[in-house]
Parts: sequence; structure tokens; C-alpha cells
Amino acid sequence: MTIPVRALPVGDRALLVELDSGDAAQALHAELLRRRAAGALTVREIVPAARTVLLDGLDEPDRLAAELPGWEVPPLATRTQEAIEIPVRYDGPDLPDVAALWGVPPAEVARIHSAADFRVAFCGFAPGFGYLTGLPERYDVPRRATPRTAVPAGSVALAGPYTGVYPRASPGGWQLIGTTDAVLWDHARVPAALLTPGARVRFVPAGRREDEPVSHRETEPVSHREDEQAGHREDHPMSHQDHEPVSRRRSDPAGSS
Amino acid sequence: MSDRALSVVRPGALTTVQDLGRPGQAHLGVPRSGALDAPAAALVNRLVGNQPAAAVLETTLDGCAVRPRSTVSVAVGGAPCPVTVDGRPAPWGAPFRVPGGALLDVGAARYGVRSYVAVSGGVAVESVLGSRSTDLLSGLGPPPLTAGTVLPLGRPVGVPARVDVGPQPAPPAELVLRVTLGPRDDWFTAAAVRTFTTRAYRVSSASNRIGLRTEGPALERALTGELPSEGMVLGAVQVPPDGHPVVFLADHPTTGGYPVLAVVHPAGLPAAAQAAPGTPVRFVVVRHR
Repeated sequence: MTIPVRALPVGDRALLVELDSGDAAQALHAELLRRRAAGALTVREIVPAARTVLLDGLDEPDRLAAELPGWEVPPLATRTQEAIEIPVRYDGPDLPDVAALWGVPPAEVARIHSAADFRVAFCGFAPGFGYLTGLPERYDVPRRATPRTAVPAGSVALAGPYTGVYPRASPGGWQLIGTTDAVLWDHARVPAALLTPGARVRFVPAGRREDEPVSHRETEPVSHREDEQAGHREDHPMSHQDHEPVSRRRSDPAGSS
Repeated sequence: MSDRALSVVRPGALTTVQDLGRPGQAHLGVPRSGALDAPAAALVNRLVGNQPAAAVLETTLDGCAVRPRSTVSVAVGGAPCPVTVDGRPAPWGAPFRVPGGALLDVGAARYGVRSYVAVSGGVAVESVLGSRSTDLLSGLGPPPLTAGTVLPLGRPVGVPARVDVGPQPAPPAELVLRVTLGPRDDWFTAAAVRTFTTRAYRVSSASNRIGLRTEGPALERALTGELPSEGMVLGAVQVPPDGHPVVFLADHPTTGGYPVLAVVHPAGLPAAAQAAPGTPVRFVVVRHR
């Protein structure tokens, strides 16, 4: 089926394709990857995001913009690929707050979260940070009113419709519900990112599958300057709101503006 | 360690290792990184006989000083600056030899911001995701130079160019950036778009490898809602809530949530990398949607 798309020029060599929903963006992203793999599309970067897919490094963006509305884009196939399992200890400091927002006892948060089938909608904020969708809309939660100056690596966190896992220690404004030992990012590993756009993910309460641990931590987190990571957008995992659009300078290593 | 190495004597305000960067991995949240003034980096590599992908040093305003352990060919370009070897003048913009153990001093930029130092064989620190570039946003690549840092060098693959001087554009007295409006120009008032394309801005001292920040008239938004996170390109002119345009440079975030009013033509970005704080900036629309 064709889907409604709005293709906006971005400079001379890129298109920002805007869709009606996150699901449509993920479906188009999958179709773009298929076409690129088949040699039918030449593009340097395919960057999915919340409701858009950016195509950067196109020779003829105008031609593609004209063709896109006629594309057959199959709906997103679900449960057709193996899920990446991430073991979680549901011990985050915001778990009671999330339980209260959800209107359930704290123990229920782990059950609800680990029962959901997640997909990596897109990556951003930091190498290896995936924005995962899959919880029903009624479980959307706001970011914390006051971001933490330090969130430990491996923190499993919620904000808006998304679940994310902090690949390394950084400031953070998301609600922390748990901790994993899975290594989200290791630049010496191929691929470096555990979670890539389109991947299926399940969170498994630690202890349930101890016989099959998922890539336990073998190396230090990637960055030697991880505390310099800084925010630049409103719903990214560092911030609550109104963060500056470019990173703090080196004289401001905590990234607090 | 082999004797093919550089010891850092004076790191300067911010000196990083840069090559062609890590394009093609934005979908993983990996910024492109790489030399901000790419033509200058390419030229100094060519002058010492390196391949275009060899890693060079990128200084910021006040240069750096290094001591090679063995004799090397060196070329310095980008922002014009005094160059000395053991205190004796050496050329800028042309290749020269630095004996093993001698002190190569790359002085403060006379004008412009970033000087580039190529050494025969290239800086051969560990490559991360296909690049040796320091990425100040995500922390990939080697940390900025500090005094005492020892940088390994690769084997020379070519011979230095036989030129008197390589032509390089002067850093801009006024930065004129050609832009294409969009993709989110409809998030701004017509008056704001007019202001953006007709008024003068200045380069802010808060600029860095992530973005060229500007000072000048604030741009008013027509839409005040929150834009869902979307992919960002090199040269995107993002407008944060303070209304002052920021031009994204090599270490820019791969996604962002503030509207992009316009995109700078890539040919203008090397000059943007050399525009010192206080430099006047004008944005000129070359393509209307």
C-alpha cells in the first residue's frame, strides 16, 4: 500500500520524509533499507527518527521526492525477527513514581515492562542509545521535573512513549526503572551498537534467564570523556527542556547549563 | 614505541586529531566528525605526500608544539600562523623537514581559527569506527592533546610535494553563507525569515566543533509546539528557543528537536570553521522551496 508522505528538501542533497505516525516512519525506514540493499537506492545516510526519515547524500533528491508518494510500503512486519534480550534488574530509583503514574503496585512495573515487545524506533543522543517503542500509549510517562546530573551506564529508563538504556554514564532526565549489565555500545565490537534501528527487543527480568546471559560487560564504557556528553534537544535522555542546542564547551564538563 | 611518533609539548587551547570522520553511521547516533576545514586538511596532507584519509592535527586559535622522535616532513595550513623549528622560522603552507628531537612550534592564528598540521605518515592513533577523529560530542576517538601525549605516526607512503606554497583561501573578514530555506522554515514567522536573510549576525565565542553559534537579532517562531526528534544534516541552521541561529558543524548531533530554518551550502562550511568570534555573518538564500 502507499502511505501519506511529505518530502521536505534539506539543502541540495537531502530529504526529510515526514510521516503520519511513528509506525509509518518505521515501515518506510524498513522499505528504504530493503531498496538500498537491492541496489535500487543510493544514499549515504538513512536516519529514522520519531516521525521522519532523513535521507542524506542523495544525487537527485527532487526525483526521489516525486517518486516517494507512489511507493508501495508494506506495513511493519512484527515478530518476524529474533528479539534481542536485555536482562534487567527492576531496581531503578524512579520505579515507585512510574508505578504511581501507571496506577499499579511497584512490582507490576517489571511485569508490564517485560511483557512488552519493543522495537528500536531510532537512535540518537549518544552512540548506541536507542529510542524503543512498544509499551501501550497509556504507559507514557513525563520526564523527571529535574534531570539528574549523573545517570549510571546501563540504566533502563522511560520518557514519553520511549524506553531507553543509557550506554554510558551521563546526565539524564528520564525515569529510571532498572539496570542492565548488557553492553549497549562497544566500539571494539562489530557491530558496536547492540541496538540498531528496526531491531526487536525484549527486557527480561534478571534471574529468569541466567543460563543465557546477554553480552555481559567486558570492557569499559566507550568514552573517556563521558561526563562531557551534553544535550541539545528537548526529549533527549539528558534533558527535561530548553537545553542548549550544542554541546557545552570543555570548560563545562558536567553539561549543566 | 617505535621512533615514529610525536611528543606533545604544548597542546594549545584545543588540539585534536582529525581525518575524514565517520560519515554513514548517523543512524546509530554517531556524528560524522572529521576536520572542520576539510580542504585545508586535504592540502597539508598532499603537501607532505600523505593520502587524503591520513589524520592531521587541528588546532584552535593558539596552535600547539610537538617534538617528533625522528625526522619527518611537515606542512602547516588552514589559519595562517607563525611556524618555527627550534626557534627558527619555518614556512606556512609549504612542506619542510623537522629533524628528530627538534621542537616544532605552530603559533597562534594571525587570523582565522584552526590551523592544520600534517606529518609524513599521518597520525596513527587507534582507528575507531573507521576514523581517528576526535568527536567532542560523543567522545569517540582520541582525547584532545595534552602535554606529554605521545602520538604514533604511520609509515610515509609518498614524497612531499615540490611546491613553493599551496594556495589557500584567507579566513573570511565577513562570513557570507549561502543557504537553502527549510525544512522547517514554516515554523518561523515571515518577519523572522526576512530578518534571518537580511540582517547581520556575528560569530559567537561560544562556537565549537559542534556548531557555529551566532549573536544577532532573535528569530521568532510561528509554531511554538515541540518538534519530535528528527535527523540533522551538516550545515543545518538550527534555531533554539533563544532565537539565535546555530550552524551545525562536523561534531553535530545526529538528531535534534529544534526546528531547522535553513541549510548552509557545504562550500561555505570551511570558511565557517575559520570565522573567529566577532566575525560578521550574513545568510543569503540561494534556493527557495
